[in-house]
Amino acid sequence: MTAETQPRGRKPRRLTASRIGIYAFLVFAAAFFLLPFYVMIVTSFKTMPEIQQGNIFGLPTDFTLKPWSTAWAHACTGVNCEGIRVGVLNSFEIMIPAATLSILLGAINGYALSFWRPRGGNLIFAVLLLGAFIPYQVYLYPLVRMLSKVSLYNTLPGIITVHVIFGLPVMTLLFRNYYVAVPVDLFKAARIDGGGFWTIFFQLMIPMSGPILVVAAILQVTGIWNDFLFGLIFAGRDHLPMTVELNNIVNTTTGTKAYNVNMAATILTALVPLIVYFVSGRWFVRGIAAGAVKG
Amino acid sequence: MEPSVSVRDLRISYGALDVIDNLQLDITPGEFLVLLGPSGCGKSTLLNAIAGLIDISDGEVWISGKNVTWDEPKDRGIGMVFQSYALYPQMSVEKNLSFGLRVARHSKKDIAERVSRAAEILQIEPLLKRRPSNLSGGQRQRVAIGRALVRDADVFLFDEPLSNLDAKLRVDLRVEIKRLHQRLRSTMIYVTHDQIEALTLADRIAVMHGGEIQQLDEPLTIYNRPCNMFVAGFIGSPAMNFFDGRLVAGQDGPIFEGQGFATGLAGYDGNGPLPVNRDVILGVRPEHVLFDRDAAGQPAEVEAVVELEEPMGADSLVWLTYGEAKLSVRCASGKRYRPGDRVPIAFDITRASIFDTQSEKRL
Amino acid sequence: MKPLRLRRLSAQVALVPTWIIVIFAYIGTILWTIRISFTSSGILPKYDFVGFKQYDRLFQSSRWTISVENLAIFGLIFVIGCLVLGFLMAVFLDQRIKGEGIFRTIFLYPYAMSFIVTGLVWAWILNPTLGIQQAVQNWGWHGFTFDWLSRGDRAIYLVGFAGMWQSAGLVMAILLAGLRGVDEDIWKAARVDGIPPWRVYLSIVIPMLSSMFVTAVVLLAIAVVKVYDIVVAMTGGGPGISTEVPAKFVIDYLFNRQNIALATAAASVMFVAVLVVLGPWLYNQYFRQDRRAS
Repeated sequence: MTAETQPRGRKPRRLTASRIGIYAFLVFAAAFFLLPFYVMIVTSFKTMPEIQQGNIFGLPTDFTLKPWSTAWAHACTGVNCEGIRVGVLNSFEIMIPAATLSILLGAINGYALSFWRPRGGNLIFAVLLLGAFIPYQVYLYPLVRMLSKVSLYNTLPGIITVHVIFGLPVMTLLFRNYYVAVPVDLFKAARIDGGGFWTIFFQLMIPMSGPILVVAAILQVTGIWNDFLFGLIFAGRDHLPMTVELNNIVNTTTGTKAYNVNMAATILTALVPLIVYFVSGRWFVRGIAAGAVKG
Repeated sequence: MEPSVSVRDLRISYGALDVIDNLQLDITPGEFLVLLGPSGCGKSTLLNAIAGLIDISDGEVWISGKNVTWDEPKDRGIGMVFQSYALYPQMSVEKNLSFGLRVARHSKKDIAERVSRAAEILQIEPLLKRRPSNLSGGQRQRVAIGRALVRDADVFLFDEPLSNLDAKLRVDLRVEIKRLHQRLRSTMIYVTHDQIEALTLADRIAVMHGGEIQQLDEPLTIYNRPCNMFVAGFIGSPAMNFFDGRLVAGQDGPIFEGQGFATGLAGYDGNGPLPVNRDVILGVRPEHVLFDRDAAGQPAEVEAVVELEEPMGADSLVWLTYGEAKLSVRCASGKRYRPGDRVPIAFDITRASIFDTQSEKRL
Repeated sequence: MKPLRLRRLSAQVALVPTWIIVIFAYIGTILWTIRISFTSSGILPKYDFVGFKQYDRLFQSSRWTISVENLAIFGLIFVIGCLVLGFLMAVFLDQRIKGEGIFRTIFLYPYAMSFIVTGLVWAWILNPTLGIQQAVQNWGWHGFTFDWLSRGDRAIYLVGFAGMWQSAGLVMAILLAGLRGVDEDIWKAARVDGIPPWRVYLSIVIPMLSSMFVTAVVLLAIAVVKVYDIVVAMTGGGPGISTEVPAKFVIDYLFNRQNIALATAAASVMFVAVLVVLGPWLYNQYFRQDRRAS
């Protein structure tokens, strides 16, 4: 044997077939997931005549920003041509108070259920847990009737209420699971120091809830923004959220379809959750794991 | 005799950081070698390198006369036991033991024989049908040892196998492992940070620190003649007492001059003649401090003040102050000492160690 | 310090809003819905009692049976597609590859977007006149046809496919977290045992992740039952009624076709179906765990 064949040091890495296969799969998968986004973007910069030629995957040859301005300010839903901008404002008006309220209520619930063990706590928890899994269709009609009774149907407070109601299970679960992991000795120590329900909540629990508040915010902001069903039914004509406006614009039956405007409007609608996603990074994954309602 | 395991010029680096640099280690067949050191000293890294579980940057690993540097772990003739047991959770004990053999397409008969032999040796026959989740920690670790056993390996590697067990079980299983070694006479390499495990189990101990083997010797040599301050301080509980001082020439050879006391060094078991006029540190283990009645009449007897006493049943630890210095003494239990008591002490120089202050090496 | 009972009182007071929601918005609405499903209500609720008449009508309505069939087809494609694709992505991402973060971000971003957006994008890509079909024809394959979106017998498959595109990343994220949780020593032990990686995944890792698979399946199954937005955006239920789904059936009959009794009957059927499927899982997940904890 010569010295060359004597194994020594790091084992030489060979680019094996399996390695190539792994990367090939990942690249193909990435292409598959990126394709729709790519198509959205290139379509939104094309003119309609170019789109009519049918090269959906081609880069725009006749680059234009017009679809974006149209989508923003002039796109029509039926006879109403105010663009998607109305929906943006509505979505924020709905999302901000609804997310804030549901997070606050969820935190109070989680805290009360995990530390104070109030009478009926298990019942609340069981109902909310089950409620999270039941299709919304079961609740809708009675809820419409109830909200009309108190004049909240088709109003901004009405749609906010609905979001708070249906955000409650996940929020409660999220905070309950988080607080259950907090050492109960900490709570006992605070009790011995004379802390009451609200003192302990605001001075001890909320300050140590940073991570879970972020997760809750991510879940609620994206969830409420992406909602279609409740917005359609409860928001009323003047407060339709962006998703509903978008669907109305795209699936309007009058006039010829302006695919470029549609895609620009679609991107605009997806923008807020996408920004949340890219900014939050790993937190979003944590949100998913938490939303996976693991007990 | 050809070494059973031989590590030559080993270097392991992560990025620019060398975790282990130029390490040599030869282990004779049938030897029980313990790699001992604090966490982060590189002992587990070394074991994983021998197993082939991590990439090495340079050097060679030989097992049973074969260069296995580039071989997969399964081809190295090793069995390994992990700290977290690493049992396959969804398989019964029997399947855990036999899974590797089945994948390697051993005959049914062969598998059955090996499994039953391992089960017999480790006395886990009643557990064969159970899942790991239904076993206690000690039982799990037996199964993990069994999984290494069925491989008929030449060399067994243990990566802190007892660290997850409670104190009582740890003692039981320690004895069990020693018995196993006496029965199998295979080479065993055992990583631990527990000095008692090391002292009780090892034929030889390699004390590691900072990716280097500080001292490789038999347990008692390591204990009595630690080659440097690190080994001296790491082994032994409570730790060795250290006194700063200086070697000066005296009538009958060198004298150690400490702060407030001096002692002749007749009978010191050194590595050669002691130098003079050098700053040194005198190290004396708590049980080698002559105390109270034993110290009376000894040369260089001094008086220390009792700070507190910790009776431990078989013996007692007494913590003393002597001038600025604090020291601990192990003495027979029986007589009680109160804080403030003044007692004479002296040092058993024949079993003490003297270290160079600069190099921290034993003189 | 206030007496114990008083301090518990503030916990009870804090839960009052939740009690109101639980009693009225959850329990009350469900009972109300079930009650109406046994009446002959049309546009407005009537509180007579006609027994199971609405349920008879429901199951004789082809619109409903088509909806249920579509739900099954959509569900199978969506759940199996997400599981297979998500699992493969998770395993391949777990192979110490370069650019893992980028791949993971790409695989998961569709999940941040709504089903409305998903449906609209895929409806555009799959557009039978200007979408993929035309693009491939322009590339030179003139005989190429891909017009499933306008074919009543095929459109629902595409809806399932688009749903898979949106949610596969979810499965990937859940399973990748699970794979990362597998004790490193297990992998080392398997290497010493000489077990090839694919075999480790098959025989050791997948069984270890079974609870995560169940979680993923439950999450996907909930999405299946609730599926509504993506159909509205992608096909509007068409061509004809070929891509109708139960959730859409309920909404349509509640708000457009003005037959609330039939709609609530359909909703009640959905409710019972979900209970039957989810009951065992919920029990397993929460109540058995409580027992273990205590």
